[in-house]
Amino acid sequence: MFQFIFRRLSLVIPTFIGITLLTFTLIRLIPGDPIDVMAGERGVSPERHAELSAQLGFDQPLYIQYFRYVTGVLQGDLGNSLVTKEPVMSEFLTLFPATIELALCAVIFAISIGLPAGIFAAVKRGTIVDHSVMTFSLTGYSMPVFWWALLLMLVFSVNLGWTPVSGRIDVTYWIDDVTGFMLIDTFLSDEEGAFASAVSHLILPSIVLGTIPMAVIARMTRSSMLEVLSEDYIRTARAKGIAPWRVIVIHALRNALIPVITVIGLQVGILLSGAILTETVFAWPGVGKWLIESIGRRDYPVVQGGILIVACIIIFVNLMVDITYGIINPRIRHSR
Amino acid sequence: MKKGLATLTLALMAAGAISTSTHAATTLVYCSEGSPEGFNASLYTSGTTFDASSKNMFNRLLEFKLGTTETEAGLAESYDVSSDGLEYTFHLRKGVQFHSTKDFTPTRDFNADDVIFSFDRQGNKNNPYHMVSGGSYEYYTAMGMDTLVKDIVRIDDYTVKFVLNQQEAPFVANMAMDFASIFSKEQADALMKAGTPEKLDSDPVGTGPFQKVQYRKDSLIRYTAFENYWKGKAKVDRLVFSITPDASVRYAKLKAGECDVMPYPNPADLKQMEADPNINLLSQEGLNVGYLAFNTQKKPFNDVRVRQALSLATDKSAIIDTVFQGAGKVAKNPIPPTMWSYNNKVVDYQYDPVKAKKLLAEAGYPDGFTTNIWAMPVQRPYNPNARRMAEVMQEDWSKIGVKAEIVSYEWGEYLDRSKKGEHDTVLLGWTGDNGDPDNFLYVLLGCEGVGGSNRAQWCNEEFNNLLLGAKRTADKAERTKLYEESQVVFKREAPWITIAHSVVYEPIRKEVKGYKVDPLGGHFFYNVSK
Repeated sequence: MFQFIFRRLSLVIPTFIGITLLTFTLIRLIPGDPIDVMAGERGVSPERHAELSAQLGFDQPLYIQYFRYVTGVLQGDLGNSLVTKEPVMSEFLTLFPATIELALCAVIFAISIGLPAGIFAAVKRGTIVDHSVMTFSLTGYSMPVFWWALLLMLVFSVNLGWTPVSGRIDVTYWIDDVTGFMLIDTFLSDEEGAFASAVSHLILPSIVLGTIPMAVIARMTRSSMLEVLSEDYIRTARAKGIAPWRVIVIHALRNALIPVITVIGLQVGILLSGAILTETVFAWPGVGKWLIESIGRRDYPVVQGGILIVACIIIFVNLMVDITYGIINPRIRHSR
Repeated sequence: MKKGLATLTLALMAAGAISTSTHAATTLVYCSEGSPEGFNASLYTSGTTFDASSKNMFNRLLEFKLGTTETEAGLAESYDVSSDGLEYTFHLRKGVQFHSTKDFTPTRDFNADDVIFSFDRQGNKNNPYHMVSGGSYEYYTAMGMDTLVKDIVRIDDYTVKFVLNQQEAPFVANMAMDFASIFSKEQADALMKAGTPEKLDSDPVGTGPFQKVQYRKDSLIRYTAFENYWKGKAKVDRLVFSITPDASVRYAKLKAGECDVMPYPNPADLKQMEADPNINLLSQEGLNVGYLAFNTQKKPFNDVRVRQALSLATDKSAIIDTVFQGAGKVAKNPIPPTMWSYNNKVVDYQYDPVKAKKLLAEAGYPDGFTTNIWAMPVQRPYNPNARRMAEVMQEDWSKIGVKAEIVSYEWGEYLDRSKKGEHDTVLLGWTGDNGDPDNFLYVLLGCEGVGGSNRAQWCNEEFNNLLLGAKRTADKAERTKLYEESQVVFKREAPWITIAHSVVYEPIRKEVKGYKVDPLGGHFFYNVSK
C-alpha cells in the first residue's frame, strides 16, 4: 500500500513544475499590463510606469521572474496581491473555509439524492421511475447554473420569502471569526438564531452547486448498478433466496460504487476549486470568484498562487480517491 | 385571580417586547458591488474602496457639500490664501476625536501633526511610512501634488500652512478628495513601534461618522456609528456593507428587504424599479462625459469646418436611445451639468446633415473623405457600448459622404496609441476626480495634455489662456466666468463631439430617509435614517 502511495506521489513533482510554468506563462500571454489596467483612462506617465514596473519586478527578464516565483513557492511564499497588497496565502485562507463549507453541503446534497435515485432507477429499469429519474438528471445536468440560481432565488427568496437571497448569514448577527466556517462559528456563538440563519443561507447555493454533481452521480450509479446486477454472482445470490434488498445493498452496491467514487472524487475536486458562477450569484465569498476577478485585474501573484493551491487540492483529492479504491477493492491494491 | 395574574404578566411581557424593539439598534444595509482593495484611500483609485473607507470612516480638511461639487469646511474650520496665491493656511477644528480599535485607543484629539503626517507619508520618500504597502500613491501623483506642494509647515497645534510651487486654484478641491483623508499620527507611531505598520492601511482609525468593526473579504463590512463624531452621532446605529457583485442579485435583495440601498442597477431593471411601491429610484447625471475626439493635428480635422460638419452630422439623441437605453443624457459641454461653472447658455450643434454637407463642401470635401473611428474595447459608465456607438456614427457620417472604418485595440494599447495621436477620431470619456472644472477642461483639453490625456491633440491659445487664468485666481466668481467663456470657445472650435453624460441611478427602500446621490459618485450614510 505504501509503495502504491509513494508511486502516486512521485508523479506529483513533474505535475507541479508543469502547473507553475503554465500559470506563469498563460497569465502573461493575456494582453494588458497590470499597471495599465490599474490606471485606466487616467493612465500613468512612462516614467511612473517604469518606476512601478521596477518596484514589482516586471522589468526583469521572464526567466528571472519565474525563478523568483518558484523560489518563493518553495519557501512557502506565494507573493502579495498587486491590488490589495495582502499575502496571497492569507487571502486564500480567509476565503477557503467558505468554499469548503459550500462544497461539502453541495456534495452531501448531491450524494443523498443522486445515489438513491440511481439505484432506484437501475432496479426499476425500463419503468416510468427509471425514465423520470434519467429525464430529471439530464435536465439537471444541462441547466445553466446562472439561470437556475436566479430562478430558485426569485421563487424561494423573493416571492415566497422562505430562504434568504444571498450571503452567508443575516447581517443582524455579528459573529466573530473563529474558524471561518460559518456553521461552526455560529454554533459556538451565543447569538440565538444565528446557526439557523447560517443553515438557511446554505440551502439554495448548495442545491444550485449540487445539481450537476447530483445528475452525474445518479447516471453513473444507474449504469454501474445495471452492469453489476447482470453479473453471475448476483443471480446466484438471488437463487440462494437472499432477500432482494440484501442482494442490492450488500452484494451489488459495494462493487457498483467503484466508478461512482471516482466520479464523486472528481466532483469534490472541482467543487473545492471554487464554483465561480454559484459564488458570484449568491455573493458567496469563496476562492472561485477571487481567482476570476484577479484574472480580470491581471493580478499575477494571485492567479499564479491561487491556481497552484487549487491544483494541489485537486491532486490531493485524486490521491485520496485512489487510496479509497484500494480500501474498497482489494484486487486493485494487490494488482499493483 | 390566577387568570388575572396571567393576563397582567402577558401584558407586561408585551410592553417589554415593544420597549425593546423601539430601542433595538437600527441597521442600515448597503449592498456594495465589490470588496475594497484596502482601507487607506490614498493607496487606491476605485470608488468601491473610497465608499468603504474615506467616505464614511474619514474626514478631510475640506469636504464636498453633499449633493454638490462645491467644497465646505471639514476638519479645517477655515483657510486663508496669501496674496500671491502660493500659501494656503488652514485653521483646524478643535475637539475632534479619532475612533479606537481593539489594539489602539487615542490619547489626544486631532491636531496639526495628523495633517502633516497624512500628506508627508504620500509626498516625502523619506517618511518611514512612505514605502509601507507598496509606496504607490496614485491619486496624489495623478493630481500633481508631488510637484505642486513645496512644503507643509506646522504653525501651531491647530494651524497648518501648505506652500505651493505655483499658483493652482484647483488645489482647494484636491484637499476634499479621498486621498487627502486624515489619519492618526498617534496610531501610526504606535503601529510602527509594534512592528506592524501595514496595519495602518488595513485597520486604521479615522475621525468620520462610522468606525469599522469587522471586515470579511468578499462577504461584508460592519461599522458602528461613532458616538463622539464631531458633527454629532449618525442617525443609524449600525452600517453594514453586504458585498454583492451581481446587479440582479442586489436587486433581489433590495426587493426582499435584505438591503436598503444599492448602487449600479441593471438598466433593464429600471422600469420595474420605478413601478415598485417599496422602492424609490433616485437619479442624477454622473460626473462624466463621453466624447469623440478629432485628431486636430491631422488632415482634414485641422480644419474647424470639417469638425463642425461632423458634429452637425451626428444624431446624438439616436445614440442615447440605442447605446444608453435611456440611462444617458445628451452632452453639449465638456463638463457635466452637476459641476459648478457649467455654461447652460452654450448652443449645441443640432443634427442637420444638409448643413453639414454644405460646410464640408466649403472646406473642400464635397464628396466626403475616408477616415476611421476608434472604438474602445471596454464598457465604461460614459460609454456602455463603444462599438455600437461607432456604428451609429459611421452610419450618420456616411450620409454626408464620409466613410469611416471602425478600429479597436486591446484597452492598454488603445489608451497608449491614442495618446500618441495615431487615430483620426477616437471615442473615449472621463470621470471627474474632484469636482473642479479644471479637472476636466485642463486635463483633457489644455495644451499641456497634448501627447497625453488631450486626445484631440488640440492646443488653442485663447482657450488655454482662459484656463490658465482660472488656475491663477482663487476667486470663485472670477473662475466661474473664465470657465463659462472657455466652454463657448470649445463649442465654436469643436475639437470633440460631446456625446453623453451617463445618468446614475440609485434605488433605495422607501423607508430610507435622507439619502442623497453624490455627483462625485460616492455613497455617504451619515445623514441617512430608517
